[in-house]
Amino acid sequence: MNGPPPAGPEPRGGDLVRRHRLSTRIWHWTNAVTLLVMLMSGLMIFNAHPRLYWGEYGANFDTAWLDIGATTDGRGTLRIGALRLETTGVLGVWTDPDGIERHRAFPWWATIPSRYSLADARIWHLAFAWVLAGGLLVYLLWSLANGHLRRDIHITAREWRPSHIWHDVRDHARLCFPAGAAALRYNVLQKLAYAAVLFALIPLMIATGLAMSPGTDAWAPVLTEMFGGRQSARSIHFLCAFALVGFFVVHIVMVLLAGPFNEVRAMITGRYRVPREKAPVP
Amino acid sequence: MSGGIILSRRGLIRAGALGAGGLLLSGCDRLNSSPGFRAVLESGEDLHKASQRLFGRDALAREYAPSEMSPVFRANGSREVADAAYRALLAQGFAPWTLRVDGLVARPLALPLAALRALPQRQQITRHDCVEGWSAIGKWQGPRLAHVLDLARLRPEARYLVFHCADRIGGAPYYESIDLVDAFHPQTILAWRMNDRPLDEAHGAPLRLRVERQLGYKQAKYVMRIEARATLAGLYGGKGGYWEDSSGYAWYAGI
Repeated sequence: MNGPPPAGPEPRGGDLVRRHRLSTRIWHWTNAVTLLVMLMSGLMIFNAHPRLYWGEYGANFDTAWLDIGATTDGRGTLRIGALRLETTGVLGVWTDPDGIERHRAFPWWATIPSRYSLADARIWHLAFAWVLAGGLLVYLLWSLANGHLRRDIHITAREWRPSHIWHDVRDHARLCFPAGAAALRYNVLQKLAYAAVLFALIPLMIATGLAMSPGTDAWAPVLTEMFGGRQSARSIHFLCAFALVGFFVVHIVMVLLAGPFNEVRAMITGRYRVPREKAPVP
Repeated sequence: MSGGIILSRRGLIRAGALGAGGLLLSGCDRLNSSPGFRAVLESGEDLHKASQRLFGRDALAREYAPSEMSPVFRANGSREVADAAYRALLAQGFAPWTLRVDGLVARPLALPLAALRALPQRQQITRHDCVEGWSAIGKWQGPRLAHVLDLARLRPEARYLVFHCADRIGGAPYYESIDLVDAFHPQTILAWRMNDRPLDEAHGAPLRLRVERQLGYKQAKYVMRIEARATLAGLYGGKGGYWEDSSGYAWYAGI
């Protein structure tokens, strides 16, 4: 549960209760916009050099583990190691809104700005990076102070038990969501997902981003070295970005399945209607 | 609340989400060309520079062992110079060439390559990070810019060093600039040698600036003249460099 501990009796199905704190709601929406801008401007930055390497250096003459490009006969390809996929229309070769065929990695509808501009994408990406990092820092400190992390995100010893996790996985697979007061607590899979975003994915995005900066590398070389070099940091940056996209997709699917109106209302106004318990299946 | 209302609201949310996607794209493009919004975004550059100077004003860029060097060092930007005077100098091995140092200096200089080679040399194996995302590790050698500036004696009002280059991109002359913190940094050198050979044309012969804590476009090639200035305003587009003027790349390129 996110609101203050209930003073009265436990809320029951059908009750409208306080769910998400103001701090959570503000951060959620700020972060949603920021991550979207970071992703789309980041894809444009990737377009400037659509190849990924491991190690300290890497350029056109070096071996890339991933590249997106166009074949000489105009087909778009995504190559990951030895695996080569044809992606014409989406990656590598696509048509812009003016009907012109472009040979760039990510298509116009996925990038900020929609027309190729590395300079503009960097201005967006590097300005919003401050919002992402500052927002995360303030939110984590705030959530530590108000008990959100301890009460709602902290995974208890009981929840870490494989049998408990397995039970939750089965419930999710059967799309069987908790009702009544139980719906007000994050289940262990939710906690794991939110903790991964808060403590692993976004911090890794920030750290690998900083590791790519030649200025930062001079005074904090440990950061770049920790990831195995600047090009490794760039690869990890890209992989974590797509892990966040994966989180986003699952997150949206779960919201849709759990009742989008109630869930979105709870994240905007803080008010949440407790789901009614279903009659037990005979 | 009736089910019907919930459904229509759900429909609204769904339609809203789809519409928002389209609006987002055109909205971002519109914001991208709005001068006010761009000014806000571009103020991030001041924050980058201030924070980098706070944490690492005198920090040294990492240096590498010869075994860590790139097998091939990619050349980017101008790889050839069309200018007839440059081509004549190149054909003569830059024997008649001199580096001019002028502007806000007490003693303007014209230094031939031999003079630059005779100054105390610094050799460094560093990583070159292109704004596009790739990196290459190479070995550079040349005098520290600080030594040259000491010879020319900067006047107190000098704040920037501008590097005027022989190459042109789309008709516009290439130039770059740095401030005094980077100019006097121990790793800021005027490289005439790369990977144990005199600099070739693709990599900026006869002389290339190395300002190791910034991105590749700051590493001006084909440097013909160094001008000390109090301000960057009034020079070409006023933003202190070819890419800064032409496309809006950040002048401070440490990120």
